[in-house]
Amino acid sequence: MSDIASTGSNSTDGARAAELGIIARFFKATELDTRLLGMILAMLIIWIVFHVLSGGLFLTPRNLWNLSVQTASIAVMATGMVLVIVTRNIDLSVGSILGFVGMIMGVTQAELLPQVLGFGNPATWIVTLAFGILVGAAIGGLQGFIIAFLGVPSFIVTLGGLLVWRGAAWWVTSGRTVAPMDATFRLMGGGPSGSIGATWSWVVAAVACLGIIAYIVNARRQRKRFNFPRRPIWAEVLLAAVGSALVLGAVAIANSYPWPSGIVRRYAEEHDITVPEGGLFIAHGIAIPVLIAVAVGIVMTFLTTRTRFGRYVFALGGNPEAAELAGINTKWVITKIFMLMGVLCAISAAISTARLNAATNAQGTLDELLTIAAAVIGGTSLGGGIGTIAGAMLGAVMMQSLSSGMVLLGLDTPLQNIVVGVVLVIAVWLDTLYRRRIS
Amino acid sequence: MSTTPLVEMENISIAFGGVHAVDDASADLHAGEVVALLGHNGAGKSTLIKILSGAYKRDSGTIRISGDEAVINNPRDAKAYGIETIYQTLALADNVDTAANLYLGREIMTPWGTLDDVAMEAKAREVMGRLNPRFQRFKDPVKALSGGQRQSVAIARAILFNARILIMDEPTAALGPQETAQVGELIQQLKSEGIGIFLISHDIHDVFHLADRVIVMKNGRVVGAARVGDVTEDEVLGMIILGKCPPGAVPGPGAMSGTGGV
Repeated sequence: MSDIASTGSNSTDGARAAELGIIARFFKATELDTRLLGMILAMLIIWIVFHVLSGGLFLTPRNLWNLSVQTASIAVMATGMVLVIVTRNIDLSVGSILGFVGMIMGVTQAELLPQVLGFGNPATWIVTLAFGILVGAAIGGLQGFIIAFLGVPSFIVTLGGLLVWRGAAWWVTSGRTVAPMDATFRLMGGGPSGSIGATWSWVVAAVACLGIIAYIVNARRQRKRFNFPRRPIWAEVLLAAVGSALVLGAVAIANSYPWPSGIVRRYAEEHDITVPEGGLFIAHGIAIPVLIAVAVGIVMTFLTTRTRFGRYVFALGGNPEAAELAGINTKWVITKIFMLMGVLCAISAAISTARLNAATNAQGTLDELLTIAAAVIGGTSLGGGIGTIAGAMLGAVMMQSLSSGMVLLGLDTPLQNIVVGVVLVIAVWLDTLYRRRIS
Repeated sequence: MSTTPLVEMENISIAFGGVHAVDDASADLHAGEVVALLGHNGAGKSTLIKILSGAYKRDSGTIRISGDEAVINNPRDAKAYGIETIYQTLALADNVDTAANLYLGREIMTPWGTLDDVAMEAKAREVMGRLNPRFQRFKDPVKALSGGQRQSVAIARAILFNARILIMDEPTAALGPQETAQVGELIQQLKSEGIGIFLISHDIHDVFHLADRVIVMKNGRVVGAARVGDVTEDEVLGMIILGKCPPGAVPGPGAMSGTGGV
């Protein structure tokens, strides 16, 4: 009834809504981002096409699970790239920073810490990760300082960084690959043991569903407090239901991908379990790198939409002069963005070295291009001021879907590159058309 | 006036790469007074005022606020003195909404240290309701608004934080006649609240009836200052165009030498 009151008090809006068609009214009521929905639709089309072309190999728990793990590293960095691009900058050095920090973390856990803590110390992974994040923040902070305070264009600074940090990665061990990684650290890379299993996955899903509902209820209460127009109840319920269904569906998929039989057998022997007839079904559940990526996505979304820093980042991207005149310390904001980018590179470095179980000096080569492409496909405008974390992460999934699908189809690498390149250009062109139409 | 002026800018100079944009300029402003700063495009009036608002750093000269020497090195310093500015370019972040622009740099936060968007929107609705009652587009980025609406947002931002000194750089440039009249009323109202206002314009007709005093600049120098009652519009026009200081005005360093000249 309060809804009727709120729409009734705003007669112009009500009159306008009546003129809209049913679809337009649906989007107005749910306040859904049509652009994001379009992306999801495009991704579903890509998935279905690959599924059909590969003879039913794409939309399987196994492939989707692998897809999620493969996306994690780029998705983490893409969230930071959004902020960089929103402020009209670019970071070409993320792949090299990943390589360098990965190398540092490899040496730390495989060669330095065992001398201090002993082999297999449970604290090794956390010390390694913390040190890597520190190094990443320092590198990003240095680049950010040069860009913001010394006024060197970010393109140049990070182009320099691309060469410097790649070279530095080689320098750490003179090109030698460091392996193996610490056993606990390795969990960050996924795999059967690097996943949280069926039970915990359901727990995560339940928490996520409660989170979605709490968020929607809280937002509604806030708007009620000030008597603002609210979404109709059916739209709120629909959003909560769809959100929860997506979470539960994703977890169900992760939980229907079993461990390979060899690993199950070894696990059964170690734990004195008799494998029943027809094999023992142990589900992977959500992979730890995916959890890390999702957590990063949530934190970054919070940072961009709910904090002062995020507000300044977007204001700065929309009109740098206005931000400066509003009294924002723009140079410090830019420095912080690059510092954050460095931290995210370190997290990605942890994921990819853990997954490879080795640190190599070539790790992350060309990742900067995938990261930028993910952000741009995800709707981040190179003109500045526009972009979302969710979009960029979806962009990362899209890029990974393309390459993983083409691998399934057995396409040659050169052809894969051609397709990815063409898709990138077409995606941005479509986005340009879309934006022109709505403005 | 015998009271201490709200703002005293004395012997201000600034040069950009050898060009003296403002040269030895002085201006003052009392509480509850509207001073129109006039001059051609490029006369240095915007630059002088940007020094007061903290956008530019002066090369020399002193600024006193309420008699005390003020340190203004950036826009934040100026705002701390209660100096608010409506820039000619409006200086809005086009990609965020009205509330975000109004509170840019001074956001309302929740007890948990996050942005209180709802509270900001509520206040924005209240302020905009006063300035522009038909304004409803609080969810849209400022880019989507009309010129007049954008101007309202810029004005609302300046008066939202209890300004003592208001600088309006061509405030009516983007407005229609009705909205211009509204801004005129607003200026009268703010003036009655004791706020000192610098009104910058290149068009004397816009501001002559609103101002208590005029200060005219030409080529970066002050031609002269006069109470509006002591000079005619034509005489002020003469100051703007020729730099000729009439008998009713106090000549500045930029006045043409020799009163009988030309």
